[in-house]
Amino acid sequence: MAAFLLLPTLVLLVQAFSGPHGPTLEWVRTLGSYRYRTAFRNSVLLSAWSAILGLAAGLAIAHAVLRPGAPRGLRTLATSFAAVAANFAGVPLAFAFIATLGTLGLLTTALRSAGIDIYAAGFSLYSVSGLTIVYAYFQVPLMLIVIMPALEGLKREWREAASNLGASSWQYWRHVAFPVLLPSLLAAFVLLFGNAFSAYATPYALTSGNIGLLPIEISNLLSGNVTLAPQVAAALAAGMVAVMAVVLAIYALANRRASRWRG
Amino acid sequence: MAGVMEEARGPAPAPRQRAIALWKPVRFGLGGWATIVIAALYFFAPLVITGVFSLWEGRSRYGFAAYRGLLADGEMWSSLLLSFRLSIETIALGLVLLLPAMIFVHLRAPRLRPLFEFISALPFVVPAIALVAGLTALYTGPDWLIGTPNYLVIPYFFLALPYAYRALDVGLSALDLRTLTEAGQSLGASWPQILFRVVLPNLVSAMLGAILLTLAIVMGEFTFANILLFRTFAVYITDVGQSAVTEAAALTLLSFAITWGAMLGVLATGRGRTAQVGGAH
Repeated sequence: MAAFLLLPTLVLLVQAFSGPHGPTLEWVRTLGSYRYRTAFRNSVLLSAWSAILGLAAGLAIAHAVLRPGAPRGLRTLATSFAAVAANFAGVPLAFAFIATLGTLGLLTTALRSAGIDIYAAGFSLYSVSGLTIVYAYFQVPLMLIVIMPALEGLKREWREAASNLGASSWQYWRHVAFPVLLPSLLAAFVLLFGNAFSAYATPYALTSGNIGLLPIEISNLLSGNVTLAPQVAAALAAGMVAVMAVVLAIYALANRRASRWRG
Repeated sequence: MAGVMEEARGPAPAPRQRAIALWKPVRFGLGGWATIVIAALYFFAPLVITGVFSLWEGRSRYGFAAYRGLLADGEMWSSLLLSFRLSIETIALGLVLLLPAMIFVHLRAPRLRPLFEFISALPFVVPAIALVAGLTALYTGPDWLIGTPNYLVIPYFFLALPYAYRALDVGLSALDLRTLTEAGQSLGASWPQILFRVVLPNLVSAMLGAILLTLAIVMGEFTFANILLFRTFAVYITDVGQSAVTEAAALTLLSFAITWGAMLGVLATGRGRTAQVGGAH
């Protein structure tokens, strides 16, 4: 455990701060270069947006599936499909989307012959916004899986009590359901963020390593596509761990506040 | 729960009933249908299109050429076998290391459980790409370890750890381990007998869940294999995708089928019907 998980992480930290003549900030300073600033910004934006998209869409689908009067079997179908899609690993997923929405994808060409050229309109599957759409394929099912138990935990009596007191549907969601769900939503956000943040196979297969994302930059450094010291890779990786640590710390703080009022 | 709800809806006073009826149409509703249809389109379209694509033979001819080509490709089989072997090894390592430790913690040291839980969540904080950077920096030898694909089993164990841990933890928590072992002891069973004839048979479904999750994760894992230059199934798919797109589409469907099989197995064996999630994106 220690040898293969903690030690590598520590080595990263040490490597990130040590030069040929003792401790140095040289490597960390290279992170400030335009290239790596972009990578940091893209990675964080992509993770945050795909997490928010996953959160919203997953919640909407879970709500629809759990609605009374939903067709029978819909729930089982949704949960089993979500389990598969959330585990549908990176490389095949990337190819499925290239075949669909790539420059020569079937949907793209079909739209083009219908007079809608999405690539001329500025869309690209190989950009951060395109990646957000691809990431949604595993983020939304993941959200569905984690949020369904929480939604089921909402007691019908609360809703009835709220309506007895004259609350509208909006007021019920705003003052009852949302505060109850908040800790679960926060936890789901962190999970989705981390999931997207460390995703490597999907963007790599989509762009052949030509997009400014942290995991891609690290792998380019490690496999020698760019002639630079491995210390930069170590510094980048340490930066990733730091971002995850910050996200988890914010989560811990927010969660304490969010669940404080519950006895 | 359901009974209580039925009762609450039954002979209720009129105004209350009206309030409920106002807010909760029993119909599925337009919004519900719209959500489901949009979601279904988004999730099924890529699969269907990939299927169509894999049958494409250029121009307007369609057929199974891509599949035939793959079946004849020895490299596909060797990479698929390598991935499969690695998943078996990871599963073995996981069960040998994790299961005894977890049974011990549940039985003798419940106070250590939070610590265990924390450790099992750690791989989540360290992204795979960061871990592989650390590993390459730390270990440059010995050759018998890092020179063979078996080296991958170690990082794969950590990759699967959070998911395997959760699956086993659910199974163990559902058992009254203490009573079971005490009953076994009072009937004169030895420890190995208790372990193999009492505890493990009760854990079969949890173990199957952990095994299938690990299988799904390792079969699709790309990060470590790609950086450490081993030709696993996912790496092979990527290589194929750069030259032969229809074959790549066929492989995509095959890979989806593998995941599908593993997950259906997890759902069928899982006690709580709760889906689980792997981490090989």
